[in-house]
Amino acid sequence: MKQVYFTGDSIISSLGFSSQENFNQLKNGITGIRKMNNPVFYPEPFIASLIDRQKVNVLFPDDQYTLLEKILILSVKDALKSSYVDISSGKTVIILSTTKGNIDLLDKSLAARFDKQRVLLWKLGEMIAGYFGNPNKVRVISNACISGVLAINDAAMLLQNDIYENAVVVGGDIVSKFVLSGFMSFHSLSPEPCKPFDTNRDGLSLGEAAGTVILSVNPPKQNEKLLFAGGASANDANHISGPSRTGEGSYIAIKKALKEAEIETANIDHISAHGTATPYNDDMESIALSRHNMSSIPVNSMKGFWGHTLGAAGIIETIALLWEMKHNTLIQTKGFQEAGTVEPLNVITQTEQKELNYCLKMASGFGGCNAVLVIKKVNS
Amino acid sequence: MEELIEKLKLQIIEQLNLEDVEPDEIDPEEPLFGDGLGLDSIDALELIVLLEKEYGIKIENPKDGQKIFFSVKSLAEYILAHQK
Amino acid sequence: MTTKRTHITIRNNKIFKNGVLFFEAAPYLTLKDFLKAAWKNLKVKYPKFYKMDEVSKLGVLAAEILLIDEPHKAFNEEEVGVILSNAHSTLVTDTEHWNSVKDDSNFFPSPAVFVYTLPNIMVGEICIKHKFKGENAFFITEQYDAEMIFQHFNLLKTQNKIKAAIGGWVDQSQDDYLVEMFWAE
Repeated sequence: MKQVYFTGDSIISSLGFSSQENFNQLKNGITGIRKMNNPVFYPEPFIASLIDRQKVNVLFPDDQYTLLEKILILSVKDALKSSYVDISSGKTVIILSTTKGNIDLLDKSLAARFDKQRVLLWKLGEMIAGYFGNPNKVRVISNACISGVLAINDAAMLLQNDIYENAVVVGGDIVSKFVLSGFMSFHSLSPEPCKPFDTNRDGLSLGEAAGTVILSVNPPKQNEKLLFAGGASANDANHISGPSRTGEGSYIAIKKALKEAEIETANIDHISAHGTATPYNDDMESIALSRHNMSSIPVNSMKGFWGHTLGAAGIIETIALLWEMKHNTLIQTKGFQEAGTVEPLNVITQTEQKELNYCLKMASGFGGCNAVLVIKKVNS
Repeated sequence: MEELIEKLKLQIIEQLNLEDVEPDEIDPEEPLFGDGLGLDSIDALELIVLLEKEYGIKIENPKDGQKIFFSVKSLAEYILAHQK
Repeated sequence: MTTKRTHITIRNNKIFKNGVLFFEAAPYLTLKDFLKAAWKNLKVKYPKFYKMDEVSKLGVLAAEILLIDEPHKAFNEEEVGVILSNAHSTLVTDTEHWNSVKDDSNFFPSPAVFVYTLPNIMVGEICIKHKFKGENAFFITEQYDAEMIFQHFNLLKTQNKIKAAIGGWVDQSQDDYLVEMFWAE
């Protein structure tokens, strides 16, 4: 099995147009979640974390591309700057993670400018590959909120097994009337910015973002390297929208990922949870971690900064984890004040320093799916 | 009241896609969320949609649903008390 | 060595198991009625089937027939994965949801519809019914790429993450549908 290295990355979100910009805001405890009042999205005021869309159009004025395509492409372009990977090479595969793609094109007024096919996710992939001149078919993963982590796991597996040398993993979703109204019908949106793990948590906040992480079997030049150590997915086999009361899928995924990484639970220095701030999700994760005796490991959720960015979540939150590891910094859980999960969690409440060598990323989604990955730091 | 209960039974069967259930199989006093009909959390939310769509009654907090949707009878009583 | 033991095809209101006709219904029947007839034909007691959207019903129906000979009994729940794909994601259900929200004066989003606007939900439905807790994935490709699905399964198997899987293609567009589903171990 080949070693898989993390090379460049990029986050485009409400907090900025690069990973560095975003990480600075995380360190300073700044959230991108805002109160919004825009009937285009929803008939009543709502809470969400939106990208500066005007700036997107300034950076990428070509209106032959949709909003989502613009932010995905901008994200890939930015990530390539800090990577040595050639995206136009046949040895590089692009993997796209998205839940609803260009779903705003169902709106006839927007759709007029674009071909009907653009709403299809494989076509979205083609637009990205076409822009960068990549010759391979884009692998499009649409697996609810675990899409991002699943896409990184898929990339690693392809590289470990010599199918490709490099993988550009890009993910994104936009806030739209389609998605906002759907979550509203579930009464799962908080009327305030979300509070992960908090005793008063009452729902998630939606966000939009694009994230890119670039993996390669060719090691980066620097001494300190971050590698993919293991990953797995598992289904709760319980309910299509309610998380498992025993954290079953998360438990199994963590078990398999740690086995692949050849480490014990005690080796994990820090966990970036899914932490959507719904009553059930956060309880479920606390149960899964408790079953693994991992309750005392410092854990955070990024959802209080970016909101839940769906297809982008697994990617941008993994990038945040990579940056935490690079800087041996634990970022606080924005929105958290008082513990309130059924099993205890060691929630990071203040940004602080810690030596980080092995970290775990968790994700869960509608359909009872769960996915995790493990990152390790190596000094040569 | 009787008429409303019969109408509700049909609407519930339709809204919740209860394919093989006949209206006379639903006892208006029995708990809707007991074992009989196998209803789940999504069904509870769907009943909130039904109330708003068919009767113009809005429920802001799904937790209030537990009492309102206890049985077809309790639902009918709530509608009669709150319908505009 | 990996073998594909069983294969199900569903198209034009006909179901084929390993190339042999398993069930057919009148070609003029709508997909909705075809699915109902095909499911009733199996005599399976599972009322949740009727709550699903059509593309999930297609997937669950195919899986049910695929598993008639119980190839999955030889494996434990964590060892079986579900890896599916299609071209249209959940476009038909997406349109239904959009129609319920596009007009502010007739705005009634339904959670039972919205939940099915994710293509991996059918994977979840199959996992729930048959208690499969292994690896999941849902890919979107323009055409059915059996090799890609098979390769994905083989790689997972090589890495000992799963030992068997349901794999294939479950696609529904506005005016057509196609299922190609296999069991591999």
